[in-house]
Amino acid sequence: MNRAQRGAAGSRGLGTMEVKSKFGAEFRRFSLERSKPGKFEEFYGLLQHVHKIPNVDVLVGYTDIHGDLLPINNDDNYHKAVSTANPLLRIFIQRKEDADYSAFGTDTMTRKKNVLSNVLRPDNHKKKPHIVISMPQDFRPVSSIIDVDILPETHRRVRLYKYGTDKPLGFYIRDGSSVRVTPHGLEKVPGIFISRLVPGGLAQSTGLLAVNDEVLEVNGIEVSGKSLDQVTDMMIANSRNLIITVRPANQRNNVVRNSRTSGSSGQSTESSLPSSTPNILGSLLQGEEESDDEDIIIEDSGEPQQIPKAAPTSESIESLSQIELLHESTQNGFLPSSEVNLNHSAGSISMEYEVPEQGRKSLEEDGTIITL
Amino acid sequence: MRRFLRPGHDPVRERLKRDLFQFNKTVEHGFPHQPSALGYSPFLRLMAIGTRSGAIKLYGAPGVEFMGLHEENNTVMQIHFIPDQCQLVTLLDDNSLHLWSLKQHGGASELREEHRFTLRGPPGSPPSATQVTAVLPHSSREVLYLGTESGNIFVVELPSLRVLEDRTITPEAVLQRIPEDNCNRRSCELVEALQEHPKNPDQILIGYSRGLIVLWDLQNNKPTQHFLGSQQLENLYWQRDGSKFISCHYDGSYTQWPVSSDNRQSEPLENTVPYGPFPCKAISKIYWQTTKNGLPYIIFQGGMPRASYGDRHSISVIHGSQQTAFDFTSRVIDFFIIFSSDPAAEFDDPSALVALAEEELVVIDLKSAGWPAVHPPYLASLHCSAITCSHHVSNIPLKLWERIISAGSKQNIHYSSMPWPIDGGTNIAPDPPQRDLLLTGHEDGTVRFWDASGVCLHLLYKLSTVRVFLTDADPNDNMNTLGEDEWPPLRKVGTFDPYSDDPRLGIQKIYLCKYSGYLAVAGTAGQVLVMELNDEDAEHVVDHAEADLLQDQEGYRWKGHEKLKTRDGPVRFEAGFQPFVLVQCQPPAVVTSLALHSEWKLVAFGTSHGFGLFDHQQKRLVFVKCTLHPSDQLALEGPLSRVKSLKKSLRQSFRRIRRSRVSSRKRRGAGGNASEVQEANAKFDQDALQEMELAPVQRKIEARSAEDSFTGFVRTLYFADTFLRDSSRHCPSLWAGTNGGTVYAFCLRVPPAERRMDEPVRAEQAKEIQLMHRAPVVGIVVLDGRSTPLPEPLEVAHDLSKSPDMQGSHQLLVVSEEQFKVFTLPKVSSKLKLKLTALEGCRVRKVTVANFGSCKTDDYSENDLAVLTNLGDIQIISLPFLKLQIRYPCIRKEDVSGIASCVFTKYGQGFYLISPSEFERFSLSTKWLVEPRCIVDMPEVTSNNHVHNKSGTESAARKSSPDDCGEDERKSGRLMEHALLNDEKVLKEIQSTLEGGR
Repeated sequence: MNRAQRGAAGSRGLGTMEVKSKFGAEFRRFSLERSKPGKFEEFYGLLQHVHKIPNVDVLVGYTDIHGDLLPINNDDNYHKAVSTANPLLRIFIQRKEDADYSAFGTDTMTRKKNVLSNVLRPDNHKKKPHIVISMPQDFRPVSSIIDVDILPETHRRVRLYKYGTDKPLGFYIRDGSSVRVTPHGLEKVPGIFISRLVPGGLAQSTGLLAVNDEVLEVNGIEVSGKSLDQVTDMMIANSRNLIITVRPANQRNNVVRNSRTSGSSGQSTESSLPSSTPNILGSLLQGEEESDDEDIIIEDSGEPQQIPKAAPTSESIESLSQIELLHESTQNGFLPSSEVNLNHSAGSISMEYEVPEQGRKSLEEDGTIITL
Repeated sequence: MRRFLRPGHDPVRERLKRDLFQFNKTVEHGFPHQPSALGYSPFLRLMAIGTRSGAIKLYGAPGVEFMGLHEENNTVMQIHFIPDQCQLVTLLDDNSLHLWSLKQHGGASELREEHRFTLRGPPGSPPSATQVTAVLPHSSREVLYLGTESGNIFVVELPSLRVLEDRTITPEAVLQRIPEDNCNRRSCELVEALQEHPKNPDQILIGYSRGLIVLWDLQNNKPTQHFLGSQQLENLYWQRDGSKFISCHYDGSYTQWPVSSDNRQSEPLENTVPYGPFPCKAISKIYWQTTKNGLPYIIFQGGMPRASYGDRHSISVIHGSQQTAFDFTSRVIDFFIIFSSDPAAEFDDPSALVALAEEELVVIDLKSAGWPAVHPPYLASLHCSAITCSHHVSNIPLKLWERIISAGSKQNIHYSSMPWPIDGGTNIAPDPPQRDLLLTGHEDGTVRFWDASGVCLHLLYKLSTVRVFLTDADPNDNMNTLGEDEWPPLRKVGTFDPYSDDPRLGIQKIYLCKYSGYLAVAGTAGQVLVMELNDEDAEHVVDHAEADLLQDQEGYRWKGHEKLKTRDGPVRFEAGFQPFVLVQCQPPAVVTSLALHSEWKLVAFGTSHGFGLFDHQQKRLVFVKCTLHPSDQLALEGPLSRVKSLKKSLRQSFRRIRRSRVSSRKRRGAGGNASEVQEANAKFDQDALQEMELAPVQRKIEARSAEDSFTGFVRTLYFADTFLRDSSRHCPSLWAGTNGGTVYAFCLRVPPAERRMDEPVRAEQAKEIQLMHRAPVVGIVVLDGRSTPLPEPLEVAHDLSKSPDMQGSHQLLVVSEEQFKVFTLPKVSSKLKLKLTALEGCRVRKVTVANFGSCKTDDYSENDLAVLTNLGDIQIISLPFLKLQIRYPCIRKEDVSGIASCVFTKYGQGFYLISPSEFERFSLSTKWLVEPRCIVDMPEVTSNNHVHNKSGTESAARKSSPDDCGEDERKSGRLMEHALLNDEKVLKEIQSTLEGGR
């Protein structure tokens, strides 16, 4: 933190931002246009260029204002890095093959000593790979399992966060039929199933959805009785914050609750259609989600801005409560803390990183300055 | 949670909703799709048309309409009215007979199916034994004679439809009395025709397919006479006096036969091949009509020379030296002649020929010289060129209405002035509450103006935009210009012409201002025409401008069609709407939205590339705005793209497969017994399931992105005088919504009227709203301070609307395919929304603000949104609170073209195409309901066929004047039309005429 403040003195101009990049023992200095940082690929290429390591695969990291070492590997965290750098952006580069992923994360810079000990005893950290189970503010949630406490154990409610990423949702659905237990015995009923996951898509990368999972609800609305096209339209309409309740085809990975007594609804799994309790909760979730599709207005060719919510007048309050439900201000897409939020290892990033010790000493070394 | 606990159960509101909303499909306008049979009752003066989907429709005087549907949905093969009864019998292609009757119920007549019956042979007999080929309802009204493929003639009792087995006329019985040397068992296969003797109800004429004709005595059960035709028989027709009959044949010949009691075997009087000597096609039906002057009318269908005219669909009329072969635009299903139906009259005196072709109904006046066509008041061929768009305008001012009618009447001079000859029944529906126009745009560049006020959709006026452009087709290329000595004497009749000279001429958008008479029409090649109503013919130059919607966008290449070439110099226009401004969009993509403001004299138009505003007063382009996303290459490829259409066509072909399976299952089910059906169904289900598992239909789940194709496609344009910039000053504005969920608002400066020609109209972009869900914007409405939608231009000036409330704050309603959103103005902040798609999975296809009046009190009405979704449901959503009021299923969701064709009226009615040629009319309102309501009275019939005129109703009156000749009858018919207007004086006049006649 104090380092960052010290760097503020060396601020160059309003539009540009100083970058100090370190690879091995070498430093390079250059500056970037703050308003037009460009894409991550370009930045990556630039780093390779200034360090004269054109064909070396490297990992890029930066120190944020809290002094944490965080990775830069896509446009989003690159832009985050640029926008938070004050004013100096410190970049650390290391070769992929000898990368230490544990270096990334909260308190990484202050944990230096531990990192150092890892470096000194490499066999140690290879035996026990460091697992980081925390959720740094700089990472976005990409998916979560929610409502575990109220859903039957055979069901899973998955929330996919599709804002700001370029990753496609990446799944397909189809018609099919499933067997239900009804008062009249077994009955074959039509259902909607996940038919395909696109490799590299959001759905696949979460690991929470699989081919042949039956879709039961979309954002709290039951899909039974709806056609494939209707369900498709519902999912696309909710695509910015999609909550789907599925019955996984593979029931072996279900959450097993400690006390059977509390999960009463989980006992009679097939015998009832998705019960009404999840429904109400789903609708509550829908209310929360309202906030993240704020429209944008440009007035008189000015700057785009989000459309504010008009203060409800007395005449419209009644209808408002019917249509809009809760309206929490979760502007940035971050979850209210009350929500159960498990970040599964497949989706979140937990990497380790190694910062060579000598890097700290030669911070003041001059590098080449390039102005973009 | 509250949403689920209280879904609007306010009892007061619920009661009000019952007074406001009600869903009814009221009437089908246009021409029945795939007609298959025609019937006529000279007694009721009603015509019946059957279709391939099992529908049966009855038509009489304008406004008199009945519809019935056979449960089986099988093709109607034949329709026969029971003589002197309000009953008819239909034969379907599954060999079932259905008895329908018109019964009065609650003050109006209704068509109901009474009985159904399928002729069954003895066990083990082949199905052909009972396959009905000819039906004769006997004049005794007690029995039906059914000729079959086996040659048996079964007798069925009416109305019970019970077979009287002892009365069956078997081929054996017929052959007993006929010398064996020229007849054998095969001569009596397949009964082709059955005709009752016109004077002697105990004799019927039986025509067998192979040419043998037998006159059968029903009393003595034996043939009295037989006639040996050498040619395959097609049909028979009796002369009025019963002394002769005429037979027509497969080789294109017809033969006259004398009937006399002393001659057991007759030789033909005359055998003619009218279009010989080369081989001719069959004459399938023939009429021989006597007249006072002695020269008969011979009217027959077909018979054209096989090689050179075998492809024509013709009906020939021969009267002395006059001969015309009416050449129809499509296959002739059947025809009949309207002639003096009075049994006491000496001559037939035919007055009209009514021909049902596959695509239209043609009526020829046989009384007037030259045999002109009669303009039908209903059954219009909406699809004479394919309908490409429609536009409805409610409550037309009388002045404009009259001017349109007068322009239309100048186009109809070649029609006969004869009153409509099919005039049975009485229309008792109340007069239409207002004058409504339905405008249809067509593929050939025409706009048709229909009177949509009442039950009869009637063509008022036809406007063609073709004249403005240079096309390949020569306008003087007239099919009718045949030389005098042309043989055969073909004359083209009918208007059905589905072939468009140039698809670019197609009309895509129409906007009519009913107050000023300005009409804007836009088409497939980016052409926008502004027209003005002129009561005189005029010749003038059309001002021409081009709007480059790409502006400074570089590197795009339009791969679609070229723009239309315009005609240089002045063009002659007939009276009616005459274009004075033409704007052509560049690139010439199809115009996707259009708005006209007749007060500001501005027209706005949009394509897939952008939109523009044109000042048609100063004839100057005000501005253009490109809405194209830089990455959207597809929009430039050409008329709406391959990618989408491929996807769609794939989907449709899947559906077709599925549907054909369903229908084949149905067909299988019709014949077999129950267990077979079940088995077949089970097998089908299994097959279907297997198929589904093999190749599942998949849908990709992906968020819409800004880079999607056609985001720039302008879906809606809207003019509004509202608070765009600040809350103290309102100004004219133009709003545009795109496929990518963007709304643009432009502030307009329109000079005051006195300086309107001197100062330019200026426009400046004031706002741009990007809906984050990026769904296409399909509607924009500004609500005034009382939350009432702003009135139409000039509506206030004509004192037809309260002026909008400019004091309170205005609100902006944006309807996308997925959501309804209300924003405040001038500062745009979101106030309310209804997320339709997220909740229900349906999307908005059509939306209109409609006014609903209460059926209980006259002083209550409210504005709501009428919405049609992609599932074919209609929803009514309240304004301004966006609460769902009610939902009705309306159109099958598979019926994509039906959903696309739907138009709502401003008072809660609507139209959609149920086939290329038919509009279904529906009503959502309890107050505005246009449906047929009519009475068909059964005149009392006495044994001597004279009618006692007791009721004084129309048909009784007509029947009761045996001595009237045709002309008088027509006169009384005309008078009766006045009587329909409830004019008591006229009614008395008729009565006195009738009494005087006696």
